[in-house]
Amino acid sequence: MDQTDALRTAPASAGLALFQPKGVVATGERNLIVTAVLLMLLLVVPVVAAAFIIAYKFRAGNQRAAYDPNWDHNKFLQSLWWGLPALVILCLSVLTWRGAHDLEPSKPLQSSLPPLVVQVVALRWKWLFIYPEQKVATLNFVEFPENRPVRFELTADAPMNSFWIPQLGGQMYAMAGMVNNLYLMASQTGEFTGGAAEINGRGFSSMKFTAKAVTASDFSVWLAAAKQSPRGLPWSDYLKLTQPSENDPPAVYSWYEPGLYNKIVAQFMAPAAGSGEPQLIMPGM
Amino acid sequence: MWHFIFGNLTWAALPHEWFTIGGTAAMFLMAGAVVGWLTYARRWRWLWSEWLTSTDPKKIGVMYIIMASLMLFRGALDAAMIWLQQAMSVGASHGYLSADHFQQIFTAHGDIMVFFVTMGFLAGLLNIILPLQIGARDLAFPFLNSLGFWLYVAGAVFVNLFFVFGGEFAATGWLSLPPLSELAYSPGVGMDYWIWSLQISGLGSLIAGINFIVTILKMRAPGMTLMKMPMFVWSSLCSMVLVVSVFPILAVTIGLLWLDRFFGMHFFTSTGGGNPMMYVNLIWMWGHPEVYILVIPSFGIFSEVVSTFSQKKLFGYASQVAAAIGITLLAMLVWLHHFFTMGAGADVNAFFGIMTGVIAIPTGVQIFDWISTMYKGKIIFTQSLYWFLGFVATFTFGGVAGVLMSSPAADFQFHNSLFLVAHFHTMVIGGALFGIFSGLTYWFPKVTGFKLNERLGKTAFWFWLTGFFTAFVPLYILGFMGATRRLDHYTDPAWQPFFITAGIGLVIIAIGAAVQIAQLIVSIRQRRDNLDISGDPWNGRTLEWSTKSPPPFYNFAVIPEVKSRDAFWEMKQGGRPQPVYQDIELPKNTAMGIYVSAFVFLAGFGFVWHIIWLIVLGLGGAVTCVIIRALDEETEYTVTAAELASMENNHS
Repeated sequence: MDQTDALRTAPASAGLALFQPKGVVATGERNLIVTAVLLMLLLVVPVVAAAFIIAYKFRAGNQRAAYDPNWDHNKFLQSLWWGLPALVILCLSVLTWRGAHDLEPSKPLQSSLPPLVVQVVALRWKWLFIYPEQKVATLNFVEFPENRPVRFELTADAPMNSFWIPQLGGQMYAMAGMVNNLYLMASQTGEFTGGAAEINGRGFSSMKFTAKAVTASDFSVWLAAAKQSPRGLPWSDYLKLTQPSENDPPAVYSWYEPGLYNKIVAQFMAPAAGSGEPQLIMPGM
Repeated sequence: MWHFIFGNLTWAALPHEWFTIGGTAAMFLMAGAVVGWLTYARRWRWLWSEWLTSTDPKKIGVMYIIMASLMLFRGALDAAMIWLQQAMSVGASHGYLSADHFQQIFTAHGDIMVFFVTMGFLAGLLNIILPLQIGARDLAFPFLNSLGFWLYVAGAVFVNLFFVFGGEFAATGWLSLPPLSELAYSPGVGMDYWIWSLQISGLGSLIAGINFIVTILKMRAPGMTLMKMPMFVWSSLCSMVLVVSVFPILAVTIGLLWLDRFFGMHFFTSTGGGNPMMYVNLIWMWGHPEVYILVIPSFGIFSEVVSTFSQKKLFGYASQVAAAIGITLLAMLVWLHHFFTMGAGADVNAFFGIMTGVIAIPTGVQIFDWISTMYKGKIIFTQSLYWFLGFVATFTFGGVAGVLMSSPAADFQFHNSLFLVAHFHTMVIGGALFGIFSGLTYWFPKVTGFKLNERLGKTAFWFWLTGFFTAFVPLYILGFMGATRRLDHYTDPAWQPFFITAGIGLVIIAIGAAVQIAQLIVSIRQRRDNLDISGDPWNGRTLEWSTKSPPPFYNFAVIPEVKSRDAFWEMKQGGRPQPVYQDIELPKNTAMGIYVSAFVFLAGFGFVWHIIWLIVLGLGGAVTCVIIRALDEETEYTVTAAELASMENNHS
């Protein structure tokens, strides 16, 4: 049986995905979102309430309310009106600074295990995943062990895209000729929907993939099976993948063109076509 | 030979999709009806000499508002089509639109609502109210004002042109980021229509911005120092400073994109040494200030409305001025928050995130100051004030969503999601548009001489407000569910009820808009009951209320002397001096604005379809017309003191 058959159907609905994180990054982001909103509501709710209460109290029909048409300045209130929002923003700025550094996507995650490297190529309109250490590749689905950091190295051979698995963490751009690193780690097993978040042409909406987190032993089993896949990905077949197509079924490649990822990235760094071999700019492989 | 005359425009390029044919038919029917009426009523000469060639800012303002209303209709139709597709297209169903059509529609929707609806309404209000508020008879450059308006019209026609002349519109999102918008991925003419509609209308905005700044700085009534200007004038000044600062960036950015597309250059391509990230930075250096350009004047409107209807001085005037200037400066320092996900790193992201949060401080100050203005006032709940309260209810929570996204780590989850879409609709509808509605109802009697029906206005308000929440709260929730924007199809059936609810909200808003049209019709029919004879229907505070409603074509027979901030309020406390009339000079009508825009339009059409002779003709014609106009030394006429006195006495 083709091991990817089970993945042809999308994972079950995740509901409010952002509030049901299944990874450390998404959990950190969720906590930041909740804290920041509560902090702001602390000021905003009383202000909105005051606006309506004061508007009602000082309605023209209310004879008992004071009327002072020339009252237009009060030093204490002015300082308060600048000070209160400044205070809230100061607290938020601390959150912002710390959040930006703690949850910086290119920062390695704390773990006793070395990260699994997965190279991601955004194509029109499918996702190619390359496992440089395991020497296998997949299309439109990606599998990795739980509780081990994954370093997604993102690039594109297509219009600019944004790689997003909401339940595992936030987005990162995938751009031609460039590599962005995004560290994610699943805290439990499961299947999560991932996809394209940046408009990139006709097949944008259908450009989804399934991200599957499994136990370490299941991952080894899967890898062994993947190595037995009858399909490979030579450069000529890769070029076919770069042609526009939608809803391609998931696929597993037991081998791929040596240096495939670097070759893809370097296409866009080359001088004019035909003026020599492209320079490889990525170290190692 | 064919290619020489028609460029890339062939039979095959003519409209052939059902919705473009429908649009074409509808546009020809409407145009036919208008032409028929004008001919039947023998109104052509009247239209030409009283309106189209006018340099009177009050008339140009009215034309802006009419044009913006028409474009609002088009933009709303787009919104309805977007919603219908999203409500239907789940799982096995793929809705009624192809992905390509759907993408063209939301691209047009965004560009139309920003460039041709909101900007149009703003330019209209500024034209009508600014000169009156500063005690001027005209703008600094009347011809440029007419030209700016007609360039705006030319841009608006361009956005709709593919209905008639074929091809397609851009399917790349409202900012058309490369490399998607480059030839390699978008070879069609849709992108070129996009470039030239923005380029031409952007030129009009830039010209208008320069004109308004010079008018505010040089043409204020004697005694009106900067710190005595009404808040609407201050906020307009801030907004126009942003226009002049950033619209050149837009022009250059899409100009470079055009060079890529027309001459095969490599500014923003993936290959050949181009860099798409540069475009993303540049377009947002314009794009973020642009949203403040839209919303700052609304803050000014609210300052006027709240103060007038609280029958009280504006609280913290100096503080509000400082806040407006602060927002203006900060607006230019936050563009990167639109793409934290590009990978600039934690330090850069954190800097732009914090700068974005800081903008909330002056914005909060303004809200506090409006509340303090209401405090110890005598508040009259007119429809204009309703729009202000609606603004408080929507904008503050939209602001919370915005500040939330200014934190990069949170933004990674919200970027390009429907949460973001809900946020900026809250800001543009709840902020800019509610402000515009507030201003339109507030100043309507000044323009027409009669008030708008209050009861229908308030009914419309309630429909708008409930419709707004029904339409956009589901989008916030869909964002939490991980739904990205711009989806023509999705697989998760749990999303569908939210899309349908959003659509119901859209219907409620549409009812609100229909009530507004009914309000206009009823108000015109019952105008005799709501006449504004005094010129001061609201017991106003600023100079525009000191002249008649509608104002005479010369605005003020005698330019008022200003002694304090609430100039007219003070005048009403004392007595008004006996007027001493003097000869005044006013600008003549000119058709050159129309001619220049027509030539620019032809050049743009030539650029889209690669018709070289038309480009030469259009650019040559436009330059020639400008030179002819520049050499014309008789652009003004005189109204003598005697004529002025007789007109003033006849009126009163």
